[in-house]
Amino acid sequence: MSTALADPQLTEQPNYLNSEYGWKSWLFTKDHKRIAILYLISITVMFMIGGIFALLIRLELLTPEGDMVNSDTYNKFFTMHGVVMVFFFLIPSIPATLGNFFVPMMIGAKDLAFPRINLLSWYIYIAGAAFALAAIVMGGVDTGWTFYTPFSSTYSNTFVITAAVGVFIAGFSSILTGLNFIVTIHKMRAPGMTWGRLPLFVWANYATSLIQVLGTPVVAITLALVALERAFHIGIFDPAIGGDPILFQHMFWFYSHPAVYIMILPGMGVISELVTCFSRKGIFGYSFIAGSSLGIAIIGFLVWGHHMFVTGMSMYASLYFSFLTMLVAVPSAIKVFNWTATMFRGSISYDTPMLYAFGFIGLFTIGGLTGLFLGTLGIDVHVTDTYFVVAHFHYVMVGGMVLAYMGGVHFWWPKMTGKLYPEGWAKFSALLVFAGFNATFFPQFIAGYLGQPRRYHAYAPEFQVYNVMSTAGATILGLGYLIPLIYLTWSLRYGKPAGNNPWGAKGLEWETTSPPPTYNFEKTPIVTEEAYAYSHQKEIEVG
Amino acid sequence: MHSIPSVRTYVTIWAILTIMTFVTFYVAQIDLGPWNVVVALIIAFFKMMLVVLFFMNVKADSPLTKLFAGAGFFWLILLVGQTLIDYISRSWMPNGKFW
Amino acid sequence: MADTHAVATEHEHSPHLRHHFDDMAQQFDSATLGMWVFLLTEIMFFGGMFCAYSVYRSMYPEAFASTSQYMNPKFGAFNTAILIVSSLSMALAVRAARLGQRKALQLLLVITMIFGLAFLGVKAFEYHEHWVDMKVPLFAGHWDYSQAPQFARQAQILFCFYFFMTGFHALHMIVGVGLLTTILVMAHKGTFSPEYFTPVEISGLYWHFVDIVWIFLFPLLYLIGHTRQLI
Repeated sequence: MSTALADPQLTEQPNYLNSEYGWKSWLFTKDHKRIAILYLISITVMFMIGGIFALLIRLELLTPEGDMVNSDTYNKFFTMHGVVMVFFFLIPSIPATLGNFFVPMMIGAKDLAFPRINLLSWYIYIAGAAFALAAIVMGGVDTGWTFYTPFSSTYSNTFVITAAVGVFIAGFSSILTGLNFIVTIHKMRAPGMTWGRLPLFVWANYATSLIQVLGTPVVAITLALVALERAFHIGIFDPAIGGDPILFQHMFWFYSHPAVYIMILPGMGVISELVTCFSRKGIFGYSFIAGSSLGIAIIGFLVWGHHMFVTGMSMYASLYFSFLTMLVAVPSAIKVFNWTATMFRGSISYDTPMLYAFGFIGLFTIGGLTGLFLGTLGIDVHVTDTYFVVAHFHYVMVGGMVLAYMGGVHFWWPKMTGKLYPEGWAKFSALLVFAGFNATFFPQFIAGYLGQPRRYHAYAPEFQVYNVMSTAGATILGLGYLIPLIYLTWSLRYGKPAGNNPWGAKGLEWETTSPPPTYNFEKTPIVTEEAYAYSHQKEIEVG
Repeated sequence: MHSIPSVRTYVTIWAILTIMTFVTFYVAQIDLGPWNVVVALIIAFFKMMLVVLFFMNVKADSPLTKLFAGAGFFWLILLVGQTLIDYISRSWMPNGKFW
Repeated sequence: MADTHAVATEHEHSPHLRHHFDDMAQQFDSATLGMWVFLLTEIMFFGGMFCAYSVYRSMYPEAFASTSQYMNPKFGAFNTAILIVSSLSMALAVRAARLGQRKALQLLLVITMIFGLAFLGVKAFEYHEHWVDMKVPLFAGHWDYSQAPQFARQAQILFCFYFFMTGFHALHMIVGVGLLTTILVMAHKGTFSPEYFTPVEISGLYWHFVDIVWIFLFPLLYLIGHTRQLI
């Protein structure tokens, strides 16, 4: 896609970035776009930290013996990797960055419903991250990100309370973001922006917000109970006094399963935007995709027991949860079919965001299907707590969610910053990510199926070949993440000016300048057409 | 905005709530076996509905508010109910046989 | 393509209108929906504790019933009645705000706070009684269930939940009293009018919610097994 702008004046236009200068104008901002940038920087930092732990894990696993660190230290590696990645990167990622930036613009609003609560949610996130980092620096936590009791509540000798408090606090950040989005989407749509005309990215964030609001408080109280148990030496989950460790798991997974849908739904929303723009075609089955987002949000609360099949939970409960797990795959499958149908006979362009979208569709499908394997009781007994599970969730979280995030960042980068990134490097990195990802995680399916357990710092020698492939892949994957960090930062200063709509995309956010003005729209837009009203020709829009 | 209830309405609701509190108290003195807790919860549920519909004015509110208020209670049922499915059914297999 | 016509924006508006909203009605609706969504999160927060409590009660019915010996249902019922009065005064306060009755609003807010503080006073007394009775397992060594040692361990769980649930509830009451103090100050300054009383409305919703939590806590924690002589 070519850009329009040769006019240097337009980059000097007042926009949300240059309207005010100084650290106070950023740290006390109420502008949802600036808050989105604050979040973008924060979660990138947390992603790097989580990534370092991943690197340490993969280094240890190069050899079968536990020769790099002892098992306690290794336990800390995978715990901190999980805690940081899940609670401080994946959960906030798209909603707090792209959602914060674009949901108000997509509905034609001037800001979110509660701008100060939005800023508060960022500060709360930072406070939670501070606790988590404190736990790391003081010596780490070794319970696994799942904090299973009674190890976490009684026997672990690490900084469980600090980490739990960090997660508790970060949960409130998530709740406030969700609350803000729900009220905004209900009450602040521009005239003519009916529910049936909302971009699917908005639907996705809405469904996500429902989960955030309904699920997060339960994990908050669960972790609070664990922290209280540790602090006061009383026993809620301690079998020695009649407590039930399985109850902890029920309450923990009541949130943490829907949490994975908090992570993936916004990514799916991004894919809907990318697939339509880069096929130059309206979405196939709009109401099915919108409805399936809600379907995933609701059914996602009915399946958590599939994490607990081998714990001693009743067989009847296992049956119930297994059946419903099969059901929850259906709305996800609907989306995949509809995206594919959208691309059929579309006019496909292979820009970087679309490469990430292709990657998502393939890798998420594999990850999702392996979820069905795991949801099947008989298979689960064999592969639970092996690397098969690890591969499954990395396929959906990294192959799915992170790719969607990268695709979204690249798609909306020109709008957020007013600059274009170098396309050659971007495509190269996307291919590195795809190749590196598969090299890292596909061998883990095999190793897990053959019996390599997860969360062990040593393994039987016959698994070494898969682990070496995996570590090699991880290096390539890491490079694929590092390069965008460099060229995106580079583009801030040296990138070509983007123009209002470098992709020729439909959507209210593309009708403003790049970067947008602080107040988003000079006059409140009145919406008269459906979402994704593309015609078939490739249009080159001059901003 | 919607109509404002009269003082009389509010006081009537208050009276009903207070009476039901005493009913709860006195019924608890009678031995109904396992039904004590059921009766107590039913009365509590009814009191909650009165507070929600009248004191919180949901009766006169939009369907959206009613939906959100109902969703909260429903989600709590999902949490407690699905957890109890496990505990209640654990004893159904006393001999380790499935049927 | 969206048509970028202007939607008429009046420049005569309430000084309380925040500029990202189009009008006061949208602002009010957003605030109340926002408070309801927040209450949803509170339902699930307390709900987690109710869930865990329910599981243990179903597992240890006798042990839980034995604890009723150490709970005073008269205090519980009295406290319930106090909270219901405070809910009445709160509802009447919101009504007064809506009608622009400044003095009535302030009086009713004060009454609500007094009853709220009375509730907290009774709870403090009850906590003290439990402390004297050695029924506070939160602190090492402050647990004595020698009258029914066969239930000691499971009863400890009940008492943990008693303190956590009533403790979090009391915390919410304290926050509520703080909120109402702020509202009272604003009412005294004449901030509220029939056009703008949003903070009173949403504080009212919060207060009623905290009352509802107690409506469930009372029978569950105080009225277990009163008819049975287990100790």
